[in-house]
Amino acid sequence: MPPPDAASPEPAAVVTARGLTKRFGATLAVDDLSFDIRAGEMYGLLGANGAGKTTTIAMLLDLITPTSGEVRILGERYPAGRERILSRVNFSSTYVSLPLRLTVWENLRVFAALYSVPRPAARIEGLLERFEITHLRRHRVGDLSSGQKTRVYLAKALLNDPAILFLDEPTASLDPDMADKTRRMLEQTRAEQGTTVLITSHNMAEMEQLCDRILFIDKGRRLMEGTPRDILTRFGRATLEEVFLDVARGGGRVEEPA
Amino acid sequence: MNLTRVAGLTRRYFYLYRSSMPRLLEQLYWPVVDLLVWGFLTIYLQRFEGTLPNFLAYFLGGLILWDILFRSQVGVSVAYLEEVWSRNLLNLFVSPLRPGEFLLSAMSIAVMRVGFTTTVTLVIAWGFYGFNAFVMGVWIAAFMVSLILMGWSMGMFISALIMRFGQGAESLAWGLIFLVQPVAAVFYPVAVLPPALQHVSQVIPAAHVFEGMRQVLDGAGPPLHHLAWAYGLNVIYLLGAASFFYYTLAEAKREGRLLRVGE
Repeated sequence: MPPPDAASPEPAAVVTARGLTKRFGATLAVDDLSFDIRAGEMYGLLGANGAGKTTTIAMLLDLITPTSGEVRILGERYPAGRERILSRVNFSSTYVSLPLRLTVWENLRVFAALYSVPRPAARIEGLLERFEITHLRRHRVGDLSSGQKTRVYLAKALLNDPAILFLDEPTASLDPDMADKTRRMLEQTRAEQGTTVLITSHNMAEMEQLCDRILFIDKGRRLMEGTPRDILTRFGRATLEEVFLDVARGGGRVEEPA
Repeated sequence: MNLTRVAGLTRRYFYLYRSSMPRLLEQLYWPVVDLLVWGFLTIYLQRFEGTLPNFLAYFLGGLILWDILFRSQVGVSVAYLEEVWSRNLLNLFVSPLRPGEFLLSAMSIAVMRVGFTTTVTLVIAWGFYGFNAFVMGVWIAAFMVSLILMGWSMGMFISALIMRFGQGAESLAWGLIFLVQPVAAVFYPVAVLPPALQHVSQVIPAAHVFEGMRQVLDGAGPPLHHLAWAYGLNVIYLLGAASFFYYTLAEAKREGRLLRVGE
C-alpha cells in the first residue's frame, strides 16, 4: 500500500485515543496509549498475545471502560454518544459467533433490525452476493465451514455500511485460500466504500499487505507506529515477522523519536 | 480398567467443584428446597386430616400459576443465556442496542413462552381433572400478570448474577426461583409457615397472589388487598432488578467481564 501523498491534506482522524489506560487490579493491560486513525485508513494493531490489543479494541467499542484516558469515535465520546457511535461502526471477530441455530438469512435479518438498516432485504441480498454466499442463505450458521462463517460474520459487519470497521483476527483459522479471498473482500470493501478499518492479526504478511499504518504495542505500551515500510526500516528487518520476533523476544526495542 | 485414569478424571471434576461456589451450593440447594416445600405441605395436610376443602382447585391452581412465574423468569434469564451459549453477546453489546431494549426483548419472549405453556396446562387441567381455572373469573388475569411481572424481575436479577459470576452460575436460571417457593405459599396458606417466614412471605408478590387465589376459590370476596400488595411489590422489585442489571453491566465493563463470557 503506497504511503499517503505528502502534498495532499491528511484526512481527519475518525478514531482518537489519548492516554488510554486500563488496569485490572494489579495488572496494567494498556498503559497510556495514544493514537489516531484517519478516515479511510486501514490501521493495524500488532502485538504478542497479552500485549493489550483486544483490551484496546474493547475500549474503543465500549465493551471495557478505560481506567483513564479518552476515546473519541467520529468526534463522539462514550457513554453520551454510544448509540450514535455504535450505529456507525461495526465489529467482527473470529472468536465471536452468531447464533448457530439461526440460518444465515435469519441472523442477518436480526442484525439489520438492531442497526435499523433501511430496506433490509435488499441490503442483505447485496451482501450475500458480494460475499458469494447467496446459496447459503437458508443454511444454519452452525452447519457452515470456518471460511463460510467468516464471510457471514463479515456480511453482518457491513450491514449498516459502517464508517469504521473493527476486525479482530478476521482470517484466523482460515486456510490460505480462504484467508486470501477474505483479504481481497476487505480491500474491495474499503476501496468501494471508503471504510476505515482497524484490524488485528497474527499473520504478519497479511498486516504488511493490508495496512497503511501499524501500531506496535508491547505489554500495553506503544512501541512504534508507522507504515509497514517505516517499521521495517527502523528495526532493520526484511519482514514484519522478524520485527515481531525481535519485539516478542525482547531484542528489538526501539524508542520512537520524540 | 485403569484406576489411575479414573482417578485423573475424578480429580478434574473435583477441581471444577472446588473452584465453583455455584456448583457447590447446588449440592445443598435442591434437598433443602424440597424438604421445606414438602414439609410445610405435609403439616398443612395433617391439620385437616384428609378433609381439606377445595384441595384439587388449590393444588392445580397453585401449580398452573406457579408455572407462569417460573416460565416468565426462565424466559428472561434464558434469553440472556442464549446469547452466552451462542457467543453472540459481544455482537449485541457492540450494536446500538440499549440494555433496556435487550431486557424488553427478553421480557417479550418470556410472555410468549408463558402464553404457550399456560394454554397447554389449562387445557390439560380441564381435560384430565375437570379443573377450570377460569372459575377464578377476571382475577386469574390479574394473578397471571402479577406473576409475569415478578418473573421478569427475578429473570433480570438472575441474568445479572450470571453476568457477574459467569456461566458456572447458569443453573441459577432454573433453580433460584425455587428458593422462593416455600415462602410463596404455593400449595399451602402462609399461616402454615413459622412466624418468621410469614414475615418474609409478606414481601413476596407471589405469596399475595397465591393467598388471593385461595381467597377467590373459597368465594371470600375480591382479593384487592393481596393484589395491591403484589403489584406494589412488583413495581419495587422491577425497578430494583433493572437497576441491579445496569449496575452489573457497568461493573462488567470496568472489570472486562464481557470479554470473558462463557467462563
